[in-house]
Amino acid sequence: MSTHAQNQQSVVFERPQSLEPVRMHYCPGCTHGIAHRLVAEVMDELDLAPRTVGIASVGCSVFAYNYFTCDMIEAAHGRATAVATGVKRVRPDLFVFTYQGDGDLASIGLAETVHAAARGENISVIFINNAVYGMTGGQMAPTTLPGMKTSTTPFGRDPKLAGNPIRVCEMLSSLEGPAYLARVTLTNPRQVRRAKQSFRKAFKAQLDGLGFSMVEVLSTCPTRWGMPPQKALEWLEGNMVPYYPLKEFVVAEGLREDT
Amino acid sequence: MPIPRGERILMRGNEACAQAALDAGCRAFFGYPITPQNQVPDYFAAHMTEVGGVFLQAESETAAINMVYGAASAGVRVMTASSSPGISLKQEGISYLAESELPCVIVNVMRGGSGLGNIAPAQADYFQAVKGGGHGDYRTLVLAPWSVQEFYDLTRESFEIADRYRNPALVLADALLGQMMEPIVIPDDVVDPTSLPRKPWATDGAQGRPRNIINSLYIEALDLEEVNLRIQARYDEAAKNEIRFAEENLDDADYAVLAYGTAARVAVTAVDHARQRGIRAGMFRPISLYPFPSREIAALAERVKAILVVELSLGQLVEDVRLAVEGRCPVRLLGRSGGIVMTPEDVLESIAKLPAGSSK
Repeated sequence: MSTHAQNQQSVVFERPQSLEPVRMHYCPGCTHGIAHRLVAEVMDELDLAPRTVGIASVGCSVFAYNYFTCDMIEAAHGRATAVATGVKRVRPDLFVFTYQGDGDLASIGLAETVHAAARGENISVIFINNAVYGMTGGQMAPTTLPGMKTSTTPFGRDPKLAGNPIRVCEMLSSLEGPAYLARVTLTNPRQVRRAKQSFRKAFKAQLDGLGFSMVEVLSTCPTRWGMPPQKALEWLEGNMVPYYPLKEFVVAEGLREDT
Repeated sequence: MPIPRGERILMRGNEACAQAALDAGCRAFFGYPITPQNQVPDYFAAHMTEVGGVFLQAESETAAINMVYGAASAGVRVMTASSSPGISLKQEGISYLAESELPCVIVNVMRGGSGLGNIAPAQADYFQAVKGGGHGDYRTLVLAPWSVQEFYDLTRESFEIADRYRNPALVLADALLGQMMEPIVIPDDVVDPTSLPRKPWATDGAQGRPRNIINSLYIEALDLEEVNLRIQARYDEAAKNEIRFAEENLDDADYAVLAYGTAARVAVTAVDHARQRGIRAGMFRPISLYPFPSREIAALAERVKAILVVELSLGQLVEDVRLAVEGRCPVRLLGRSGGIVMTPEDVLESIAKLPAGSSK
């Protein structure tokens, strides 16, 4: 290849090294794939994969252990932050992240989530909030919006009967342990870039030993929402974002300057 | 102050158990308060930092066993302890540990049950301990001490067994063994955890090797069966190598009393009393409850006229004894429940009522 040709060619887009070259099982239009990619891109940029242990949870992301090139553990339903605590406490030199859905993190695993955050456990949590149980068939999640139809709220979620949604970032914001808490979404390229910045800050928080970090990602579930992918993105922006505002809730001192 | 070694000292069972774990190279403990095992976490809280290990009081038993799962995944020797209701809460995690082929040690200082029960000594978690306990097709490898010295020795040994078979090991004690103080000798030798062989399957960073995955999810039935058969093969191996039991006065015995743990402490006194009365009785004490000394008990049933099973539960151990005996001799039960410990006189009375049968 001539020098001239080399100058003409440069890689502008490729699969991140931290992502396995395999087909994912996620439905078309689901934003899990983007979130996985962002995790992998940040792992690449910070050269984390060789010293990372990722914790997959139970739900649609149960197979996340197949998609990252780092060591992975599949945890019991709701227990990912407890498992991450076990790894991180005995091996503080490792980078440890969990990847959990809303049912896993905010329903069955809420105690583990709150206490890991309260302890300031030095781990990073990627929290996918799509307001529904995808894997099990579209049941009500702890984050299902009032009025939203699911297989267990067929007439729409009535808070008087089925309770109110939980705003996890807001709830954890009252604790002393978190070093970084942010809510992002992936509905357009600008939001994807913002989300990636948040992932990076969350990971940096752990690398700097600042404490618990979590990024809540408002995500779509076209299959269980019963919408085409584009409409699902619009529905998210029109319905979820007003209920779950996009912002940084906690940013530890040492992270403010970092982008 | 360092613990005196190589000489007789007075120690509480729960504390001996925790010291044994430290001496076995255990460098992580996750637990949650519950009586009558509280001196175990207290001891770790006080002494784990001396050896550079991790002690963490978890928010629940459920969280504690999943922290064990994480630490075991990272390849370190790790333990949790609890008592009956707390052990029930840990069962989901123990099932995951077993299916993911992760070694760890779990201590159950049993109390009276069911439900909240009470905090008195009992053996009512026998089925839960030896038949699996949680969901699925697995067992825990179970050792049952009957003294503070054995509580130390068997806790220590459980770490070796757990690593050897890549499976959770369970130390089955009770409120009496946990709370009482007895003289014990703590040996001089301790395990340096850095000297232990590396665990090539551990998720401890994939630097310079292909990634490792710790998992218990196998969507294809054939894959799952293959894993279960591999685990079962280890249990078969353990049945060949890890059978432990003790015998007292059985050489010429007409009657055998069969008991483990605290019940065996009562039974051995009753056997002495029976001998004084001219009844030729002896005691067989299983120490490994899973794998169970079935072959040895079958051989015993060929020699004696009858077997009396003495347990602090209402007919759990006796089922495994009957499976082992297969009708070779009559098997009778003396069981108390709810935290009641029978007296030697109760046992003697039951020995006297055993069927006369014919000499063998």
